Amino acid sequence: MDELLKQTPLCGRHEALRALMSPFGGWNMPIQYEGIIAEHAWCRAKASLFDICHMGEFLFEGDFAAGGLEDVLTFSVATIPVGRSRYGFLLNESGGIIDDLIVFRLAPDKAMIVVNAATAPKDFAVINARLKGGAFTDISAQTGKLDIQGPLSRDVMVAAFGAEIAAIPYFRFTTMNILGVEAIVSRTGYTGELGYEIFIPSDKVVELWDQLLLDERVKPAGLGARDVLRLEVGYSLYGSDIDEATTPLEAGLEGFVDLSKNFVGKEALLRQKEQGVARRKVAFEVNSRRSPRHHYELCFSGEGVGTVTSGVFSPMLGRGIGLGFVRPDLASIGTPLTIIHERVSMEAAVCELPFYRGGSLRS
Amino acid sequence: MSIYFTKEHEWVKVKEGIGAVGISEHAAHELGDITFVELPVMGKVVKQFDMLGAIESVKAASDIYSPVSGKVVKINEALNDAPEIVNESAEDAGWLAWIEIADEAELKNLMTREQYDEYLKTV
Repeated sequence: MDELLKQTPLCGRHEALRALMSPFGGWNMPIQYEGIIAEHAWCRAKASLFDICHMGEFLFEGDFAAGGLEDVLTFSVATIPVGRSRYGFLLNESGGIIDDLIVFRLAPDKAMIVVNAATAPKDFAVINARLKGGAFTDISAQTGKLDIQGPLSRDVMVAAFGAEIAAIPYFRFTTMNILGVEAIVSRTGYTGELGYEIFIPSDKVVELWDQLLLDERVKPAGLGARDVLRLEVGYSLYGSDIDEATTPLEAGLEGFVDLSKNFVGKEALLRQKEQGVARRKVAFEVNSRRSPRHHYELCFSGEGVGTVTSGVFSPMLGRGIGLGFVRPDLASIGTPLTIIHERVSMEAAVCELPFYRGGSLRS
Repeated sequence: MSIYFTKEHEWVKVKEGIGAVGISEHAAHELGDITFVELPVMGKVVKQFDMLGAIESVKAASDIYSPVSGKVVKINEALNDAPEIVNESAEDAGWLAWIEIADEAELKNLMTREQYDEYLKTV
C-alpha cells in the first residue's frame, strides 16, 4: 500500500471484513465488501453503512457577514435556519467549481462546512484566504463520519438512538448524545434513499460502526456501490462530472447558485449566462446493458460532440446510464447519441434526471 | 474431458472436436460483478488468440480471446439477460461459446489446469 495514503479509524474493520481497498482522494478506502451489485441492492432494500471519514469538515465561528463567509459560497449561509443545511459551491474567479459542499447551520454564529476529501486542503486554504474575520478551523481529523442509507435506516437509527431521529425532515439535522458524546445526525446522503449522515468524534467511530452493524438490517457498503447509487439519482461526483474547468451553469446546477448575492465567481457566471454556455451537462440512457465509462466519446450523426464524465450499468434500470457534456444544442431530451470507445459503440438517448425514481429519499 | 487455459484467463474444454470456451474463475472474480457479455455471432470463424467477444463488469471492460481456431457453432444466449451466471459458474454454466476446433495441435499452446494454477501464482 502507498505509504502516503491516509487511513480512516475503520481501516482495521474493513480489512477484517476482507474489503477490497483502493486509493480514493488520497485515502485508502473500501471499494467493496461482498460485491458492488449485492451492496447496491441491499442499500435500495434495507440499510447500508458507509465509512465516509475521509470527507473534510471545517468550522466557522463568528458573524457570517462581518467575517466574510456570506460572500464565499454560491449561496447564503446567513439565511440557513439553525438546524438546516444547504448544498452549493465554492467557485474560482472564472466560475469554475473548486468544490461542491454542504453547510450545516449549527448556531446563529456557527456553521460546519462539509467538503470532498481530495479537495479539502485546497478548500480550506481558499476559504481561509477569503475570510475577513471569525474563527475558521479544520476539524477533519477529529471528526468521524458514517452514512447510513436505505429505506430501513430510520427504523435502525430509532432502535439504536431513540425516537427523536424519526422527527428529522429531509436536509435538517439534530445535535444529540450518541455513545456518550455529542453527535450531529443529518437527514442527508448520496444515494437517493432515506438516510442519515452522522458526524461524531473520530475516536467514537469504531464503536458506532460496530453498534450499527449489530442490527441485522444493516450491512457495510463500499465506495463502488456508493458510486452506482449516486449516479442512478444523477448526483454529480466532484473530479469526474464537475471540476475547476466546469461552471455550475454548464453542469445544470444553477439551482444551487444565488445570483442575487455576492460571491467569488459571480461576474464570470453572469458573463457566461449572457453569452451562453459552450457545453452543457446531459444525462443519457444506453439501449443495452453496456456501460458507458469516464472519457468515452459522445457522438451525434457521426461527429464527436462531447465526453462521458460518469457511467455505470444501472441495476435498477437494467441498462447503462451516464452523465456527460455536449454542445448545448444537443442537450434536449430524446437527442440520440452514440457512445464510442475504441471498437465499442453503444446507442443512447438524452433523458431526464433522476434515472431512478423509486428511492425512499423523502419518505 | 480435458480443460486448457490461456494466459488471458480463457479456458477451453475439449470433447469430440468441439471446444466449450469461457473465462476462468480467477478472471471472473477479478472482474467483479459482470453486467454484460458480448457473445460472438454464430458461424464466426476465429483464429487462436483472436478476439472472440467481450465482458463488462461494474469495474471494467475486457476483451475475450479465443483459445482455439475454429468456427462458432453455439453461443450461451442465457448470458444476454443473466450475465451474472459467469460470476456464479465461470467454468461451467458460464460458458460463452462452442467452437468447432480447426486444429487440435494448437492445444499445445495452452496451459493445463496444473500449469495455469502455477501461472496464477506469478500474475
